[in-house]
Amino acid sequence: MEKLRVNPVACAGHGACAELLPELITLDEWGYPIVADQPVPHGLRRAARRAVSSCPALALALSRVA
Amino acid sequence: MTDSLTLPPAAPAPGAARPPGLPRLLPAAGAVPVDLRAHLARHGPLRHAGGPGRLVAEVAAAGLTGRGGAAFPLARKLAAAAEARPAPLVAGNGAEGEPASSKDGSLLWISPHLVLDGLQLAAEAAGSRTAVLYVRRNQRLHGRLAQAIAERAAAGIDAARVDLVPAPDRFLAGEESALVTRLTGKPARPAYRPVRGLPRLAPGRTALVQNVETLAHLALIARYGAAWFRLAGTEAEPGSMLATLHLADGRTSVTEVPLGIGLADLLGLDPRAADPGGDSVPSAGGPVRAVLVGGYHGVWLPPAEAARLPLANAALRPLGAAVGAGVVAALPAGRCGLAETARVARYLALESAGQCGPCFNGLPRIAAALDHLAGPRPGQRARADLERWAGLVAGRGACHHPDGSVRFIRSALRVFAAEAGLHDRGRCTGTGPEPFLPLPAGRPASDADWS
Repeated sequence: MEKLRVNPVACAGHGACAELLPELITLDEWGYPIVADQPVPHGLRRAARRAVSSCPALALALSRVA
Repeated sequence: MTDSLTLPPAAPAPGAARPPGLPRLLPAAGAVPVDLRAHLARHGPLRHAGGPGRLVAEVAAAGLTGRGGAAFPLARKLAAAAEARPAPLVAGNGAEGEPASSKDGSLLWISPHLVLDGLQLAAEAAGSRTAVLYVRRNQRLHGRLAQAIAERAAAGIDAARVDLVPAPDRFLAGEESALVTRLTGKPARPAYRPVRGLPRLAPGRTALVQNVETLAHLALIARYGAAWFRLAGTEAEPGSMLATLHLADGRTSVTEVPLGIGLADLLGLDPRAADPGGDSVPSAGGPVRAVLVGGYHGVWLPPAEAARLPLANAALRPLGAAVGAGVVAALPAGRCGLAETARVARYLALESAGQCGPCFNGLPRIAAALDHLAGPRPGQRARADLERWAGLVAGRGACHHPDGSVRFIRSALRVFAAEAGLHDRGRCTGTGPEPFLPLPAGRPASDADWS
């Protein structure tokens, strides 16, 4: 299983992740991502990987969870 | 000096009688700095024999936890440090960025050799030939510590070289990853650390960071053993700790207390003498409106509740509170808790490292909303905004600054709910003109002050 994690220091609030993966990521009122606290469901794995690779600040990561 | 490091199993070092009760870390009387000769006369030389494994086992048996605030078991960090390759950089943390705390500065000033002994033990356990002592910028204190380090060098008692590194005067300067970042030559801002374990210095090397008071306890455990250490404190939280007390009459002191001591004993609170229906409780420093435990990342407690609680995490954590670094403050009756909290919230917002969006956006807005609530007829909007923003910042920073700040502010809204009701009607019970909780004097911190 994988989970999305934001590096809050690197994140500059571009918002690309929320556009590419609205099912799991919303933006707060200042434009910073709020990531759903749940494993990435199977059907969203491709979208999640796209969101990760599209982050201009390299602030989004997928990491394995037990 | 031998390579190995051992503990006297049960017997104390020759010539060193086991100090009986408290205080252990400070001299029994007076605040006179202890020089190396007096230190050795009281405690004897640090004994080395046996290897790091013995020290880790003794510390594990003692149950010593970090005294910087997080209360993490020292033995687990030492064990990780002993296994890490290359040897971790060892650092004693005396940054003490919390404005309401002065226990680390007092300890370093009065008993520097206990801290330096502990730093040597930590360096030896980690297999490091160097160590860093990271201390809040203060010329007199740095001069005194440089002198103590020189005294030891002249006596040839230390294996590891000790470098004194100044910590910037910022609330977060002592946050573990901020310290580590500072040691790499960069500004002392917290770093994002997704992986647990010892913090990492780029590239490749880890660091063992311990609060200076923890190191002083380590120096005593190495001499007198785990059983002696456990003579103070509780079964679950053994030993003593330094607390910074702020009494309701404005008196401030640093005192060494056993963990588990009653807050009523610490502050002289007498809940039985309270007015029925009154909202304050008599204490040694006059009537108390509320008790702050754990500093500016801590929580406010109603005085009658505080009077029933011990200074121990086992009792405080279920209430969302913690011992932290041992700051306990009694807010006097006649002070507005909302106004006090709003002042500190403004300070905490300015002390954001400015790195994480939710923190640097949220904390100033939260502080402004709290300012409204501290004033007359704030309206429902400020409260609703504050609650929403508090929910948005907690848990979303690289460090715990947003979480701790929100915990402190939320506790104020709970404990001073009656006061907030008065403010809604345009009234306030605050009569004292002077602010009570201590904050750094002078100009507000600027962005350039992190190094």
